[in-house]
Amino acid sequence: MAPVPVPLKDMKLLDVKLGQLPTWLAMRDFTPGGIGGALRRGYERYYNKYINVRKGGLGGISMVLAGYVVISYMWSYSHLKHDRRRKYH
Amino acid sequence: RALCPSPPAAPALLRSLRPAASVGVLHVARQIHTSQQHLAPVPPLPEKGGEVRHGLIPEEFFQFLYPKTGVTGPYMLGTGLLLYFLSKEIYVVNHETVAAACILSVIIYGIKKYGADVAAFADKLNEEKIAKALAIKNDAIRDLETAIEQEKKEQWRVEGRSYLFDAKRNNIAMLLEANYRERLLTVYNEVKKRLDYQVAMQNLKQQKEQDHMIQWVEKNVVQSITPQQQKDSIAKCISDLKALSKSAQVAV
Repeated sequence: MAPVPVPLKDMKLLDVKLGQLPTWLAMRDFTPGGIGGALRRGYERYYNKYINVRKGGLGGISMVLAGYVVISYMWSYSHLKHDRRRKYH
Repeated sequence: RALCPSPPAAPALLRSLRPAASVGVLHVARQIHTSQQHLAPVPPLPEKGGEVRHGLIPEEFFQFLYPKTGVTGPYMLGTGLLLYFLSKEIYVVNHETVAAACILSVIIYGIKKYGADVAAFADKLNEEKIAKALAIKNDAIRDLETAIEQEKKEQWRVEGRSYLFDAKRNNIAMLLEANYRERLLTVYNEVKKRLDYQVAMQNLKQQKEQDHMIQWVEKNVVQSITPQQQKDSIAKCISDLKALSKSAQVAV
């Protein structure tokens, strides 16, 4: 798979080299419309890959729920800090 | 004998008009169907979704790590991360951990036991939906095909137009002919009546003249017979009769 010469701002994130990352990030569309478009594209990619199929499996929703669990853990970590087993918090 | 002529001017006038100028413009100004993308037919749904291992981690992650670390790489990574979180207490073990463990064990037991049945049931529902949609599509296609057949039949029927018009033309010609002959007969009858009248008049006149003349002659003759002539004629007749009887007696 020879990489197709594509202008930088159209390359997918996984193809961007590490040194090009800041420039790539700067060229992205950060307007509300652009962010909304990016969210919609991400949602549609996930939806069409795991849910909108003939024989969908468990992984489609379980990954979403696991992500929800992880994010809610991260957001309530400041509360859970007090349950740690140490003398001085 | 010509049929009543239809005005030939109207269709010739229409034919001489040029076609509307907008027909040529459409081809130039707008390109239709230039890209490969079409909205229909919609591509069918993929059979299975992306592979997910243990219900949580997509298969691409394992494939991503396979060249560098082999098969056990991701599991080692998972174990290491877990121990790191536990030891540094980034993951805190408290009453919620126990609750999570109970809930997860119940969920996993339920899935392992009833997973296949639920999946089969869901598949059956999906199949019914798809079958219904497919039936509707097939019905629509069949209806359109019958409509096409009937349309072709109608087009075939149109070809018989010329016969229909010929029959109608013949009918009209016959009507006109019959009408003309009726009128001819009427004219003939009328003329004959007038001529007969004239003939009858002449005959009547002749007869009247004849009768009148005969009467006049008789009247004059009767008037001219004087009594002396009557006696003389009667005596003559008697002597003739005697002579005749004598010759008849001699002949017998």
